[in-house]
Amino acid sequence: MTFHHDKHHQAYVNNLNDALKPYPWLQGLSLEALNAMVGTGMLPEEIESAVRNNGGGHWNHSFFWRIMMEPTNATDGPSGELESAIVDTFGSLEGLKEEFNAKASTRFGSGWAWLIKTPTGELKVTSTPNQDNPLMPRSVVGEVGNPLLALDVWEHAYYLDYQNKRVDYINNWWNLVNWAEAERIFLESYMPYSQ
Amino acid sequence: MARRSSLSTIKRMVGVLPEQTSVIAGSSSSTLHGSRGKATLPDLPYDYSALNPVIIPEIMELHHKKHHQTYVTNLNSFLEQLAEAEHAGDVNKMIALQSAIKFNGGGHLNHSMFWEMLCPPGSSEPPQGKLLDMIERDFGSLDTMISKFNGKTAAVQGSGWGWLGYNTESDKLVVATTANQDPLQATTGLIPLLGIDVWEHAYYLQYKNVRPDYLKEIWKVVNWNNVADRLKNASS
Repeated sequence: MTFHHDKHHQAYVNNLNDALKPYPWLQGLSLEALNAMVGTGMLPEEIESAVRNNGGGHWNHSFFWRIMMEPTNATDGPSGELESAIVDTFGSLEGLKEEFNAKASTRFGSGWAWLIKTPTGELKVTSTPNQDNPLMPRSVVGEVGNPLLALDVWEHAYYLDYQNKRVDYINNWWNLVNWAEAERIFLESYMPYSQ
Repeated sequence: MARRSSLSTIKRMVGVLPEQTSVIAGSSSSTLHGSRGKATLPDLPYDYSALNPVIIPEIMELHHKKHHQTYVTNLNSFLEQLAEAEHAGDVNKMIALQSAIKFNGGGHLNHSMFWEMLCPPGSSEPPQGKLLDMIERDFGSLDTMISKFNGKTAAVQGSGWGWLGYNTESDKLVVATTANQDPLQATTGLIPLLGIDVWEHAYYLQYKNVRPDYLKEIWKVVNWNNVADRLKNASS
């Protein structure tokens, strides 16, 4: 956790700030807006890749910390509308976990697994490479939507504790999910930028 | 001529000792039926502790026994599925399997070369002869080449490899990078002379997030003799 937050996430923040330094008009934008601009030609060409990797990395890790909590206080699963939506879409919480775990374990190289709410209100499990995320345009990531859950499967996220055993890391991660937060996002989320 | 040298290069790539017959049928031909046997995990040319303190034994063991082994196991499984699909005339399935074969086949090729491209710190002799001449001609000096290599390789986003490659058409040495386990030759045409793994599993337990430190130290265990051999084979 310490390395992940203090080193990796910090580096994304620093690099993003460096990239945006010459562009005051971009500095006022939200992180969501920056991510939505990736691959659209709206960003200066020379910082496109820096924004994609570091704007993506900063948003992703900020979100990651947001949807986790100490295992002792975490609930076993969702309730209310999110629970109904999960049962409707995946049959059960187990069904969601199966699909999510499969996407997370088969993401080759570095990347993330996501549970998202699509622009049409559906739940979907997706994965992205490197620091791409579902806030980026459809032309860049394929599946777009508002993330409800995110799991970092870059090796740095688990290597010190699990080494090569990504599957164990994924299975154990469910004990950290902050379902209350996920529900809150589910009920409130909307897509502010047309996809 | 090109086909013959690519087959022998592949045999070298998978670390096959002369008496082993298991080679993945990875020639430029796309048909994989009648493959020559399963891919196997090559032995390291040294102990797990041999590259200490540049790479700690724990990393070497995990990297070889777990990561590389997984590529081998998965590659064999997907090659089997590919052969079945081909036998059944299921072109769609054959196409669907391509990315898995690229991941795992690339992983197997790359790591097999990697073990040979490294050697204990005591045995690492600086480049000389034709290899040194070409490095100096194409980069100015060894230090400049290393600087360029490290710059590009540290900047690889996510998982990938840094390479010193040989361009057969222009007869030049080039620094290149590939993503994930993309094999250099298959994806760029460059002949791999030296590859450095910058997937986090290659260095994280020791260097943590400081990939540039790993890249600074790794040059102490580069097996320049092997690099020179590869150049010789590639340019003959």
